[in-house]
Amino acid sequence: MSFIVKPKVAHPSLPRNELGLTRRDYEGGMSTLCAGCGHDSVTAAIIEAVWQMSLRPEQLAKLSGIGCSSKTTAYFVSGGHGFNAVHGRMPSIATGAIAANRSLYYIGVSGDGDTLSIGFGQFAHAIRRNIDMLYMIENNGVYGLTKGQFSASADIGSKAKKGEENQQPPVDPVLTALTLGCTFIARSFSGDKEQLVPLIIAGLKHKGFALIDVLSPCVTFNDHEGSTKSYEFVRDHYDEVVHADFVAPAQEITTQYAAGEAMPVTMHDGSRILLRKLDPGYDPTNRAAAYTYLRDKLAQGEYVTGLIYIDEAGADFHGINRTAATPINQLPYEQLTPGSKGLDKIMSRYR
Amino acid sequence: MLHAADAQDRLNDFVIKLANVNGTGSASANSLLMKSIFRMGVPVMGKNYFPSNIQGLPTWYEIRVTRDGYVARSGRVDVMVAMNAETYAKDVKEVSPGGYLLHDSTWPRPALLKRDDITILGAPFARMCNETFQGVRARILLKNIMYAGSLAALLDIDLDIMRAMLGESYASKKSLLDSNVKALEIGYNYAKEHFQCPLPLRVARMDKTANHIMIDGNTAAGLGCMYAGATVGAWYPITPSTSLMDAFRGFCEKWRVDPTTRERNFVVVQCEDELSAIGAVIGAMWNGARAFTPTSGPGISLMNEFIGLAYYAEVPAVIFDIQRVGPSTGMPTRTQQCDLLLAAYASHGDTRHVLLFPNNPEECFYMSVEAFDLAERLQTPVFVMSDLDIGMNDWMCPALKWDDSYRPDRGKVLTKEQIEQLDKFYRFVDKDGDAITYRTLPGVHPKGAYFTRGSGHTQYGGYTEDATEYQIVLDRLRRKFDTAKQLVPKAAFTGSGSHDVGIVSLGSCDGAVLEALDILKRRGLQLDYMRVRSFPFGEEVEQFLASHSKLFVIEQNRDAQLKSLLTLETAVEKAKLRSILHYNGLPMSSNEIVEAIAAELQQRVNPPLSAIR
Repeated sequence: MSFIVKPKVAHPSLPRNELGLTRRDYEGGMSTLCAGCGHDSVTAAIIEAVWQMSLRPEQLAKLSGIGCSSKTTAYFVSGGHGFNAVHGRMPSIATGAIAANRSLYYIGVSGDGDTLSIGFGQFAHAIRRNIDMLYMIENNGVYGLTKGQFSASADIGSKAKKGEENQQPPVDPVLTALTLGCTFIARSFSGDKEQLVPLIIAGLKHKGFALIDVLSPCVTFNDHEGSTKSYEFVRDHYDEVVHADFVAPAQEITTQYAAGEAMPVTMHDGSRILLRKLDPGYDPTNRAAAYTYLRDKLAQGEYVTGLIYIDEAGADFHGINRTAATPINQLPYEQLTPGSKGLDKIMSRYR
Repeated sequence: MLHAADAQDRLNDFVIKLANVNGTGSASANSLLMKSIFRMGVPVMGKNYFPSNIQGLPTWYEIRVTRDGYVARSGRVDVMVAMNAETYAKDVKEVSPGGYLLHDSTWPRPALLKRDDITILGAPFARMCNETFQGVRARILLKNIMYAGSLAALLDIDLDIMRAMLGESYASKKSLLDSNVKALEIGYNYAKEHFQCPLPLRVARMDKTANHIMIDGNTAAGLGCMYAGATVGAWYPITPSTSLMDAFRGFCEKWRVDPTTRERNFVVVQCEDELSAIGAVIGAMWNGARAFTPTSGPGISLMNEFIGLAYYAEVPAVIFDIQRVGPSTGMPTRTQQCDLLLAAYASHGDTRHVLLFPNNPEECFYMSVEAFDLAERLQTPVFVMSDLDIGMNDWMCPALKWDDSYRPDRGKVLTKEQIEQLDKFYRFVDKDGDAITYRTLPGVHPKGAYFTRGSGHTQYGGYTEDATEYQIVLDRLRRKFDTAKQLVPKAAFTGSGSHDVGIVSLGSCDGAVLEALDILKRRGLQLDYMRVRSFPFGEEVEQFLASHSKLFVIEQNRDAQLKSLLTLETAVEKAKLRSILHYNGLPMSSNEIVEAIAAELQQRVNPPLSAIR
């Protein structure tokens, strides 16, 4: 939501993707967030991911709700349509948009207030419908635009800037998504681009609802001592369990991993993600085990990150509905009505 | 009881009311009766007064046999079928003098069923059912068919037509067909043997229903959505709108599914609430599909925030409000026109919306199609303001017609080629002077991309907090409403237009008003009548208001919401307007309009009011 227009100058030496586009071609307006905001790093990771994917900019539809996080859809891919909906209701806009045109990539960017408080119901039901989108939560445990109230993801005992201690248990979006049947669940950290970029690519490629909960510290209201969502705390309590590397369809997997450590998963379009298990005993396809593992780690005060759960086999929203392959917003009108002859036939039932 | 002289008068002109217990299958017996009369070529009106309950509470069905083709309640009851002992006392009272009451005499209740000025007929329906049929459920259901049989004998309804209709209903269930026909005949024969059949009130064949259908407004609207080319329906179930989506889905499953691949050319999303339903509609229409949501008052209340977004961000949306009794949960199964102001100005900030007011199922069908064209042309939410009476009751109306040359008006949407030729695309610049700007769809061209937002924006689509830039957009939206006035359906007029007194009404009041006009005319009082069919009001509405010295505004709510809209949005002098309000939850009847107008204009009515009573 910038007032400032960024000059579009691409230096000839800038690297280009398969479409011949540079990273600059995937940028958006100038960010108006605070200097050092975690959300800006997430924006940079999204730009990197879609550039690497060689997505045509107009193939990406960007959806958001209200809040600092929801502003960020204006800061990347200005060649794609954006929709800044009302607070907490982006998932319903996404549902309708995806129903209308199944051929685009949809990225939703939300925050912990937008998703876990006012929009908790819509978040849950978007997961249940398994709409084909990447849903990112930029999670900082705090309301920034209204100046520092606790959000629903604030941990018990976490301290506000003025010293108040949160007493209510947090809503954990990852645990919630696990119980709701979400088919792609990841957690990451805005400060770990190496982990985040392949997760974004995999999430966009995933057929169904992909959730990435990104711990994204608020430098203004929640980056102090005593906060469990500060840069320092997250770095110290960060436990990557499964690392995802994205492998394009034509690419070969060259790196050798010890048996039981690496696990390739084929995505819907034929590309693969190679999961590197940093805890050899962890199985990202076992929902119940994932839940227990996360609960145990949480009890120890650790954020489990990486690709936590994946199921590529389930039917998404359109699969369940058996929607036509042609996006329904492009069906010619003639295919949509039985005309006057059909109406005469229909009328006979009411005579 | 009816005098012989009256009998000819009442041929094909009387009212049957059926008092039942809901959940006992009475609805199918009652619609069998009504449809049979309709198939005899005699116009009928049917109204269902049902409780917000699944089983066990009282429910009534009213069938008006009306040779003149009136579609409103008359306000009288000539034949009461009392099948619910719990409401006997109330039902007996309601019968007009000289009328009849038929009841189940298995358990005689002589004390309750006593009145000297009506004829009480008893038939042991429960006993006959128990003697003939096995199973509790079958006995309960067939008791209804049995009274339908007795009524056939009493009212001279063609038994062959009734048998044929049962045959259509149970074409694939032979055993059910047999037991139904048997129950029908037992009822018929009992009446023939024990009563003097037919009664002076009776049905005789006419030819006034050819090329007509019996259909409810929600079915017609659902059908309209399919014909409009809607591909996305999003909803949350709420009485009395549910059958609209049921109908749309049903028609689409028949006509929009590929027979070989079983792929569907439509999506119906049952959402978690109405907020989500309107969100999905906005998302789908933003993305270029035709989408709609059916709901009722409580749903509109919940949708308010999103409706404001669609208005300000200029995203089309089609909303069906099947109005029911408010405030709050109100009476979910009763009818009212109580959401006019809510819909007209839905959401915070300066907002105004386009409303369409269908008067019957036929207009529900055509206005559904029109709603999509208007929403996309004007890039704004459009409400179709139906109500429970129109939506859920079967109305007789001309068979629906379709013009195969129709193509949807998708409004000002730029194609890929058009965007390609542009230097730069600006979403909200008024190029044509009609305050409607050009829009683009996602996925078409990167140059057409813009940011849709409910926050302050400039005409170029950028975020703003600048006073002037904000106001440029807001003022254009005001002008867009003037453009809407030119495009919305014009009011309908009855009468010469030269009388000094006029009536203004809308929607489902229409039938009662038209009949009242006839009655008043017979009593020497002629009035002009304007039925508004949309909001904003056009020039023709202004003219009608200006050219009459006194105006009755007839509507179904307590607070005179149509009158409020007229005083707010036209130049009419408030003192000229007299409200006639009906808001008890039942459809309006013609006699209350006659009485209200006669009371106001006593000296001009012949005979005067005292003589009418």
